[in-house]
Amino acid sequence: MTQTAERLLSYRDAINEALRQEMERNPDIVLLGEDIAGAAGRRDQGFVDAWGGPFRTTQNLIQQFGEDRVRDTPISEAAFIGAAIGAAAAGMRTVAELMYMDFVGVCFDQLLNNAAKMRYMYGGNVQLPFTMLTRIGAGVGSAAQHSESLYALMAHIPGLKGVVPSDAYTAKGLLTAAMRSNDPVIVFEHKLLYGLQSHVPEEPYELEIGKARTVREGSDVTLVGISRMTQVCLEAADALAAEGIDAEVVDLLSVFPIDYDHIADSVRKTHRMVVVDEDTPTCSVAADIAATVGEEAFDYLDAPIMRVQAPHTPVPYARNLELAYIPDATRVANTVRQQLGA
Amino acid sequence: MEITQEALRKMFATMVTIRNFELRAFTEVGQRSLRGALHLSVGQEAVPTGVCAHLTDADYLASTHRGHGHCIAKGVDVRGMMAEILQRATGTNKGKGGSMHIADMTKGMLGANGVVGSSVPLAVGAAMAARQRGSDQVAVAFFGDGAINQGVVHESMNLAAIWKLPVIFVCENNQYAESTPVEYATPIPDLAERARGYNIPGVVVDGMDVFAVYDAAGAAIGRARAGLGPTLLECKTYRYYGHAAFDNPKNYRTTEEEDAWKARDVIAGFRERAVAEGLLDAAELDALEAEAAQLIEDSVRFADESPEPDLSELLTDVYLDTPTNALARTAHL
Ligand SMILES: Cc1ncc(C[n+]2csc(CCOP(=O)(O)OP(=O)(O)O)c2C)c(N)n1
Repeated sequence: MTQTAERLLSYRDAINEALRQEMERNPDIVLLGEDIAGAAGRRDQGFVDAWGGPFRTTQNLIQQFGEDRVRDTPISEAAFIGAAIGAAAAGMRTVAELMYMDFVGVCFDQLLNNAAKMRYMYGGNVQLPFTMLTRIGAGVGSAAQHSESLYALMAHIPGLKGVVPSDAYTAKGLLTAAMRSNDPVIVFEHKLLYGLQSHVPEEPYELEIGKARTVREGSDVTLVGISRMTQVCLEAADALAAEGIDAEVVDLLSVFPIDYDHIADSVRKTHRMVVVDEDTPTCSVAADIAATVGEEAFDYLDAPIMRVQAPHTPVPYARNLELAYIPDATRVANTVRQQLGA
Repeated sequence: MEITQEALRKMFATMVTIRNFELRAFTEVGQRSLRGALHLSVGQEAVPTGVCAHLTDADYLASTHRGHGHCIAKGVDVRGMMAEILQRATGTNKGKGGSMHIADMTKGMLGANGVVGSSVPLAVGAAMAARQRGSDQVAVAFFGDGAINQGVVHESMNLAAIWKLPVIFVCENNQYAESTPVEYATPIPDLAERARGYNIPGVVVDGMDVFAVYDAAGAAIGRARAGLGPTLLECKTYRYYGHAAFDNPKNYRTTEEEDAWKARDVIAGFRERAVAEGLLDAAELDALEAEAAQLIEDSVRFADESPEPDLSELLTDVYLDTPTNALARTAHL
């Protein structure tokens, strides 16, 4: 599927469209989450879909698919996410929403010990067509418990896949692929991207999980972006271009599997790499990419691989501190200059 | 239960301070286009007020995302709270936590909490610490009708029950968890019934009546201090505004329902009863209201006169003994 569509769609609407089209195509799909419709049980009073999800990504679905397929849940993440995993094992296709990634502690056991391990420890005896939607990202003043980008925590667990769409086009394609997968897949939506528009085909399409893409060609340095950081890399690349530095930008798209080959190929061409990751640095996806690509493309490197990441801290509340926390284009461009000795 | 004039005055002052604080914070946050959620408890003021009237600074309180009322009733300085919400270095949390995380250990305030249900076991732990020390301190856990469906809340009630810990579980049933009505999320009419599973008292309380809350909380706290173990109080109340600024509650509830609850407003109700029964006179109540308004005015001025947090604060308070530069190696700040 190439990116030739005329139509502009927001990240939010692309997610909504992927859910709707896939639910139309496959009657086995059930959606669960808190306030994904809203005003639960009040249809007879004339209230339906009061929220359509806390970020409106699931709106209008309950009207079309009904309460059995769009299930508002009590605040019981361990139970409903565990139930979504169980239903998947029992032949449904389930999509459960964890409102914010930071809440994963509440249901972590279900992901760690059931979703991730069941197929392996049962000797391949079970399919788990389970997708978890969740959201990441600082920048909205929500402080330490509503802002983290902890995908590395999940990527670390053998048995879980994870995708990190960076725009509307990749959001629709990756979510569609997740819903068609028989593996558990976590879709990490970034809060600051919901309004971002890009060209999105009207028909359903899949983007292969585990494949990165190059969003800007360049010859001097490879910038690897994860989720919203791909947009930050593009911004940095523009700034660098004005100085005659030609940056290539690779959009990671999956945090497991990680497309090392794609990145290493780019590095063999540019000879330099900076990985930009909003997650905290210790045991991070960026650290993993740096280590693996450093090993596989060592002979091609003209400079040490560098990372630009959030500091090893929780997310602060005050705006000035929060802005200091989030990696930005200035920091990325400076790092490239440093790497080039410019 | 007997209430002294002093206690009555204090309760009224607390309720009007909470309301005034929240409405003002809401305005200030909006005017400055600050980001971040502010969850108002307007309408629910009687609950923290009636409960905390029995507590001292030595007692503990674990709060929620809707915690301004809990903080104020527990005696947290409103200047520090306003400065926190307005992102100032002089805030209760140095501007690093915001509305959802206000905490003050000097007041036994174990923190507002952004993860639903997450603070409840902290109260159980504080109560355990108190017992271990042989003191008569108690711990109050506030949580919502939504939170009562989190496993950790039940595990906490069980633990407190088997160890007879001095915990008061206060469920603020304001009828909604975001847009989800309580009657959808739970199959029982009274959430207090859940106490039966833990063999502890479960009491339904009119949360729109501060006298009723005061009485029920007094009994529960007395029991706890006497070593008789925990109680679950279900205070039925109502949040007048949306879940947070973006939420329009008209999308899930009727105006008639809102009006019926507002007709039983806790502050207007208190005033009426206090005057009618000759407990306090109108002029006295007016003076308390004016005092509260002044306090809030001062808190905004205090915040305005305070600096924003220094950028170095990004890297402090993570650990006590790790050099801050070790935390930012790859941040390129
Ligand atoms: C574990 C967790 N799940 C979901 C949320 C999102 N959320 C924040 S407040 C809220 C509703 C809480 O309802 P309730 O406990 O009744 O408290 P109220 O907001 O009514 O005061 C939800 C679902 C959260 N903060 N934490």
